[in-house]
Amino acid sequence: MTASADNVLAASPPRARRGPLLDFVVRLFRDKPLGAAGGVICVLFLLCGLFANVLAPYGFNQISPIHRLQPPSLRFLFGTDNLGRDVFSRCIYGAQLSVIIGFCAAGLATAISVAIGVFSGYFRGKFDLIAQRFVDAWMSFPELIVLIVVVSVLGPGMVQIIVVLGLALGIAGSRIVRGAVLSVRESMYIHAARSTGAKTRRVLWRHVLPNVMAPVIVLFTNRVAAAILAESGLSFLGLGVPPPAPTWGSMLSGSGRAYMYQGPWLAMAPGLCLTVVVFSISMFGDALRDLLDPRMRGSR
Amino acid sequence: MQVYITRRLLALIPTLFFASLIVFVTVRLIPGNVIDLMLSQNDISAGKMNRQALEAALGFDQPMHIQYLRWIGGILFSGDLGRSLWHNTPVTEEILQRLPVTFELGLLAMMVALSLAIPIGVYSAVRQDTAADYAMRSFSILMLAVPSFWLGTLVIVFPSIWWGWSPEIQYVPFTRNPIQNLGQMIVPAIILGFGLSAITMRLMRTMMLEVLRQDYIRTAWAKGLSEGLVVMRHALRNAMIPVITLIGLQAPVLIGGAVIMEQIFVIPGMGLLLLEAVGQRDYPVITGVFLVVGLAVVLINLIVDLSYGLLDPKVRYR
Repeated sequence: MTASADNVLAASPPRARRGPLLDFVVRLFRDKPLGAAGGVICVLFLLCGLFANVLAPYGFNQISPIHRLQPPSLRFLFGTDNLGRDVFSRCIYGAQLSVIIGFCAAGLATAISVAIGVFSGYFRGKFDLIAQRFVDAWMSFPELIVLIVVVSVLGPGMVQIIVVLGLALGIAGSRIVRGAVLSVRESMYIHAARSTGAKTRRVLWRHVLPNVMAPVIVLFTNRVAAAILAESGLSFLGLGVPPPAPTWGSMLSGSGRAYMYQGPWLAMAPGLCLTVVVFSISMFGDALRDLLDPRMRGSR
Repeated sequence: MQVYITRRLLALIPTLFFASLIVFVTVRLIPGNVIDLMLSQNDISAGKMNRQALEAALGFDQPMHIQYLRWIGGILFSGDLGRSLWHNTPVTEEILQRLPVTFELGLLAMMVALSLAIPIGVYSAVRQDTAADYAMRSFSILMLAVPSFWLGTLVIVFPSIWWGWSPEIQYVPFTRNPIQNLGQMIVPAIILGFGLSAITMRLMRTMMLEVLRQDYIRTAWAKGLSEGLVVMRHALRNAMIPVITLIGLQAPVLIGGAVIMEQIFVIPGMGLLLLEAVGQRDYPVITGVFLVVGLAVVLINLIVDLSYGLLDPKVRYR
C-alpha cells in the first residue's frame, strides 16, 4: 500500500461497528421504506404460518351450524362460512399452508436454478448448449398447465405440488443464475484463483457462488411469491391440497362459492390475504434487488 | 433477413424435440403408473377395459422408445394425437374446436394489456418522479399481486349483489353472433389483460426512460420539435422493440391465466378442455392439450422474434 493511501485510511473517521445484517436492515429502512414495510408484512406472514395453531381463535374445520354465514364482527373478524367455520382462523391456517408451500417450493426452485445455472454458465460447452435448449423447451409450458398435468397423474397433495413447483420455477429461473455466472466467470479474481491452481470445486464454492448470491436471494423472494400464486391458482381449480385443508385459493372456490352471494365477505378475505402477501413479497424483493444488486435495478 | 429466419427456424428444432420429450415423459415416467391409477380408482374413462385394453388404448404396451417414435410419428405425419377415452373422438379434432376460443381470449387480453400499458408506461416515463408516475407504478405492482381468479370472483359476485348484473356465461361463438360473443369475452379479457399490463407497463417505462436519455432525442429537442413528436416518433418507436419481445415471453402467463378465466366464465376453450380431461382422467386429451400449449408458446415466440427482425434493422442485417 502506498503512503498516500495509508494517509487517507488514517484520516477517515472511525465508524461505529455494526453487524453486516443489522447494517443492511438499517439501509433497507432508510433507503427503501416501502420495501421495508413489505419485509415487515413478510415477517408477520411467516409468524402467522409458524404459529397458526396459537394465533387462530378457532380450528380450521371447527363447524358451528348456528353461526353459519355470520358477517364480520368482533367475535368472527372475517365472518363465518356456510358451515359456520371462522374465516379468520381459516385464513391464518391458509397462511401456514402458503408458508410451507411457498418457502419449500421456492427453496427447491432456487437450489435447482443455482445447480443448473452455475454448471451451465461456468462450464459452457455442450452441457450449456443442451441444457439451454431444454430450458427453452421447458419455459414454453405455463407453470399452471404443468402443475395441472402432473397433479392429474400423481393426484393432488402438498408434496407433489412443492416438487413440481420447485422444478417448474427452478428450471426457468436457472437463466438468471446462468447470466450472473457468465459475467462472474470472466472476472479477474476467478482468473487469479484458477492461475493459483485452485480446483474447480473450490473456485465454484468459494468464488463463483458467493458472487452470484445477490441475484439468487432476489430470485428466491420472487419465487416465494410465484409459488404462492401458482398454488392458490391450482387450489382454486380444485386440484391443490385436498380439503378440508384451508388454502386461500380453495376458499374462493368449491362449495363456498355458491354462498358468496349471501355472504360476500367469503369472497374478500382470502383474496385480500393473498394480494397483501404477494404485494409485500414483491415490494420486499424489489427493495432487496435495488440494495443487493444495483445492476438489476429497473430490469422488471 | 433470410439468414436470420433460417437460423431462427433451425434453433426451433432442438426446442421442439425437448418440448415433445417433456410432454411424453411427464405422463409416462412419473412414478405411479397412470394405468394403475385409472384401474384402482375405477375411473369412468377406463370404462370396462381391462389392463391390456387400456394399455393398448394409451399405447403403453410397447417399449418406451417405440412408444415415443409412434407417438411423435403420428403427430408429425398425420397430426394424430390419439383418441379421447371418454368421447372416442380424435383429440386433434377436439383441440381444433377449442383452440380458436382460447386464441380469441388471449388476443383480446393482449389488446387490453397493450392499450393500457403503452400509454401509461410512456406517460409515467415522460413525467418521471411525479405523483402520477408513483401512482401508476404502485398500481402496476398491485396488479401483479392481485390474482386473476380473485378479480374474476369479485366481478361475478359483487355486481350481482349490487346491481343484479352478472356476466353472460352461455357461450356464443364469434361466427354466430360477434357482438354477443365479444360482450361475453371482454370481461375475462380485461381481467387477464390487467395482470399482463403490469409487467408491460414497467418495461415500457424503463425503456422509454432509457431512450429519452439518448443523444438523438436531445437532438430532436434541440431542433425544436414538439413534445408529442419527440415522444411518439423518436422515442416510442425505439422503446417499443423490447416491449414486443415481452409479448412472446408473456405467452405462457397468458395461456396459464386463460385456463382460470375459462373455468370462471365457462368459456369452452383449451383450458376448460384440459380441466374436463383431468376430471375424467382422459390422458390422450391431457397429453394433446399439453403439447399444443407448448407448441403455441414456441410459435408465438417465433412470430415475435421474426417481427423483431422486421422492426429492428440491426437484427435484420446482422
